[in-house]
Amino acid sequence: MLDLLSGFVVQLRNAGLPVSLTENLDAMQAVKHIPIEDREAFKYALAATLVKNEQHWKAFETVFEVYFSLRGPEYNVFDEDGEIDEDSLEEWMSQQMRGMGGQGSAEDMSPEEIAEMLFRALMNADEAMMAAMARAAVTQFAGMEPGRPVGGTYYLYRTLRNLDLDGMLDRLMEEAQERSQDDMTPLQERLEREEYENRIEDLKREIEAEIRRRLVADRGVEAMAKTLRKPLPEDVDFMHASREEMVNIRKAIQPLTRKLAARLARKRKHKRRGPLDFRATVRQSLSYGGVPAEPRFRNPRPNKPELVVIADISGSVAAFARFTLHLVYALQNQFSKVRSFVFIDGIDEVTHLFQNEEDITNAVHRVNTEADVVWVDGHSDYGHAFGVFWEKYGSEINSKSTVMFLGDARNNYHSTNAWVVKETAKKARSVFWLNPEPKSYWDTGDSVITEYATHADGVFECRNLRQLEGFVDHLA
Amino acid sequence: MGDTMFGDLASTRDGLRDVGYLADDGIASVVYLAEKLGKPVLVEGPAGTGKTELAKSVAAMTDARLIRLQCYEGLDEAKALYEWNYKKQLLRIQADRGSDANNEEWVDIQDDIFNDEFLLTRPLLEAITAEEKVVLLIDEVDRVEVETEALLLEILSEYQVSIPELGTIVASQIPLVFLTSNNTRELSEALKRRCLFLHIDYPQLEREKEIVLAKVEGISNNLAEQIARIVRSIRQIELKKSPSVSETLDWARTLVLLGVESIDVELAKESLNILLKYQSDIDKTTKELTVEA
Repeated sequence: MLDLLSGFVVQLRNAGLPVSLTENLDAMQAVKHIPIEDREAFKYALAATLVKNEQHWKAFETVFEVYFSLRGPEYNVFDEDGEIDEDSLEEWMSQQMRGMGGQGSAEDMSPEEIAEMLFRALMNADEAMMAAMARAAVTQFAGMEPGRPVGGTYYLYRTLRNLDLDGMLDRLMEEAQERSQDDMTPLQERLEREEYENRIEDLKREIEAEIRRRLVADRGVEAMAKTLRKPLPEDVDFMHASREEMVNIRKAIQPLTRKLAARLARKRKHKRRGPLDFRATVRQSLSYGGVPAEPRFRNPRPNKPELVVIADISGSVAAFARFTLHLVYALQNQFSKVRSFVFIDGIDEVTHLFQNEEDITNAVHRVNTEADVVWVDGHSDYGHAFGVFWEKYGSEINSKSTVMFLGDARNNYHSTNAWVVKETAKKARSVFWLNPEPKSYWDTGDSVITEYATHADGVFECRNLRQLEGFVDHLA
Repeated sequence: MGDTMFGDLASTRDGLRDVGYLADDGIASVVYLAEKLGKPVLVEGPAGTGKTELAKSVAAMTDARLIRLQCYEGLDEAKALYEWNYKKQLLRIQADRGSDANNEEWVDIQDDIFNDEFLLTRPLLEAITAEEKVVLLIDEVDRVEVETEALLLEILSEYQVSIPELGTIVASQIPLVFLTSNNTRELSEALKRRCLFLHIDYPQLEREKEIVLAKVEGISNNLAEQIARIVRSIRQIELKKSPSVSETLDWARTLVLLGVESIDVELAKESLNILLKYQSDIDKTTKELTVEA
């Protein structure tokens, strides 16, 4: 048991989860109290002790499924997959088949028969049946060969293509229409559809799990854990984030901006005391018989931090720009005064677009369609954009402003106008530059980051949430 | 009493059910483990999913007294741990002034004014010193500053409080501790390491339906099912604030009061303001629900 657990912890660490020694010990303690046959409880016990961040749950689950999927016979912990064993399932299946007029076992079912049984299982939300059909479908369609070096997604794709789940959904809806006595209202229809979509999602997950189990059986735990390893949410590169990952990133931005606001605000709190408060001093002196022994000071007037965000939204940083806009939107909610500008080769202020828009998706859409950022050809020209910025808005930067530039500084060999950053840095409280490119690419090709960097208070590589958080921490 | 409650996983879950809290596998396992290992539980999740309710229910289930510490920005030692009742201390010194004060007496007084009599216990110290069973709830721990978190560390790992003038007070019995967090900021590693972690998300369809059935009186099975389905549907829309379980319950109660048997689109739209709290969310959802799927 001990070896088993420490092996699991090693896999978790390989996946990037921070598991400390005490947490490891806690996990060992915890599983002592859990009945070993109860797979779910076992999983939750490990999760509660080892995973302290909800964002890591998915990574944990994957490692868990892979690691404990076949550990059964060896350690006598679980049977084959934690529930039913193969033989009795096979038997049960063939019984079902006979009942339907078919014959033989799952291996030689025709695609039509599988589709038909799947349809029934989905209609009646019969979970055991769905699991059985997932197995049959994988056997039948995935065409898995031992030792073949392709990923699980390939098999998943092959299986799903053959099952035609979209068509299945339509059939389910038709059937549901027929079953209800009177016509369904649009609302009912919507709810029904969602119910079936949900069941189909379950089925997909089941198929995925089945493929994974077979792959683990074929290649072994360590190899599989390696291929299935995905970056943790905080390590996902903004430039290559998938839709789903983007949603996670967006969720995580909110607390970060709050932190950023708090960091900037705290600096003012700790400043020295304000000017002498005459009234309060006199009032205080009464307790010393009129001798002003204890001078009183006013609290310093909190000058609210102002944030100026200048973001590149050109094609080369398109994916980063999506993230940038979300960041700006989130910042706008935290700071009393944020001015936001976007540029490609022209520059435009978009503060009002964010302010009047309750909904972030609309706001981003409006920025992309309404902002006037193209001057000549829509290729990045930092020099021109900065020049215009200084001309139009330069006078509004003052000692309270913190200026953030967001961009990769790929200037298409135009003139840099780096003096704008220099002048801005002179007037503003601080100037930071966040660059979404890996540090090793800086100053290669048309990147001119160093020319700007020399004038800024700090330049940060900002490719994922971890680095963004590092930047926020740096401000303290 | 407690032993039977936490006999095994199943009885933990049943016990919670008896006091009206429907726990899923994850919640039941973590509560059970917390008792067995004597470790605090950090409960995290969106607002209104029953984090605070869990602590209350565990208290009810074990017949323990619930001691609650509501966290806020600026919470300090004096509000969370203990404070010397300095007014009383002053009075004590004044009372002695009349007599001839010499050095020996001063030592007496000094010993005297720093003892239990002049100590004001605050929630954390109270939980430690309690004779009877207690459940300590530290609510919305993410609201205090990172520095203040450190206050909690000693009590969470050792179940003791050190008072410089008195020495260390060790708990006579280990209280069950629940910390809740809405995840508005990352809690410190040190705090997380000392706790079991439990994430409570919006419940699955089945569980939400059961919760509605259990908590709302006189609701029909059919209506509960419909409510749960519509709420799930709304949660899939990208909103500023998705409807929470407590809002689902409010909505269900309203519908029962209105004598509704089944929900149609019009009714759903009219009563959306109970589920959703932002006008922009309401507009968006109305639009979504009207468009045919």
